[in-house]
Amino acid sequence: MNWGSFGNFVHMGGYGFYVWGSYLMGVVCIAGELILLARRARLAERRA
Amino acid sequence: MAIDSYRLDGEAGGNWLLRLAAPQAFFPVAGKMIPWFAALAVLFALPGLYLSFFVAPTDFQQGEAYRVIFLHVPAAWMSMFLYVIMACWAALGLILNTRLSGMMASAVAPTGAMFTFLALWTGALWGKPTWGTWWVWDARLTSELILLFLYFGFIALTNAIDDPRRADRAGAVLAIVGVVNIPIIYFSVKWWNTLHQGASVSLTRAPSMAATMLVGMLLMALAAWMYSIAAALWRVRSIILERERDAQWVRELRGVQ
Repeated sequence: MNWGSFGNFVHMGGYGFYVWGSYLMGVVCIAGELILLARRARLAERRA
Repeated sequence: MAIDSYRLDGEAGGNWLLRLAAPQAFFPVAGKMIPWFAALAVLFALPGLYLSFFVAPTDFQQGEAYRVIFLHVPAAWMSMFLYVIMACWAALGLILNTRLSGMMASAVAPTGAMFTFLALWTGALWGKPTWGTWWVWDARLTSELILLFLYFGFIALTNAIDDPRRADRAGAVLAIVGVVNIPIIYFSVKWWNTLHQGASVSLTRAPSMAATMLVGMLLMALAAWMYSIAAALWRVRSIILERERDAQWVRELRGVQ
């Protein structure tokens, strides 16, 4: 799959909003869970 | 205490699995496993994303919109797998009355809820350009939404009960009853006339997609598996510390640090 340019890659053949909206939420979900996990671990260790 | 810990280490001939079921024995083991599963998740995700965006060809019907599949299908699979795993841990806790089982069920639930939400979100963003609608009350989408509410219900119920052992038992009943929803989700596209397409990947027939698409999707699914294991192990360590706060071994652990 050769996109030709970065602009084409972002554009995703006109479906950029849907494709990147999906992957962005994936990143937000995983990053959010990792932040919550780190905070819970820190609190649990401090209160242990 | 010295004698107890000696026995714990000394019974090498005993059942190692049973010994590992003690939260105090599992705590350090989980800690050692987390970096390995996290590394595997990255190791699968990188080639998975590369195939998804740079190797897999454009779909002749859906254009580039179909690339949501590489996130959507792994998330949807994990939402179902993790529920079954959660219910198995919960059932094990009910049957054997082992403390760690309930902790594992609680550790899996938030990650399962996260993947369920992600499956619904990516589904909506995929549905809009291909079906012309964000949401439709068909059997597949509705049963997946019910799955999200089952996860929320489990988390809310177990958090609402102060005594952790009672919370585990109440949550276990909910989790086990809710398992009936999993085959409904999976077979919904067969049993009912849904807008959602049928399974693209099946054990009994050749996959209806290009090889590079399939491999990319499977790599992403493996990455999601490894991530889920790492996340659940990390969470269960916190749960163990929270619940065993007053235990002698936790105090000793604190003394060491």
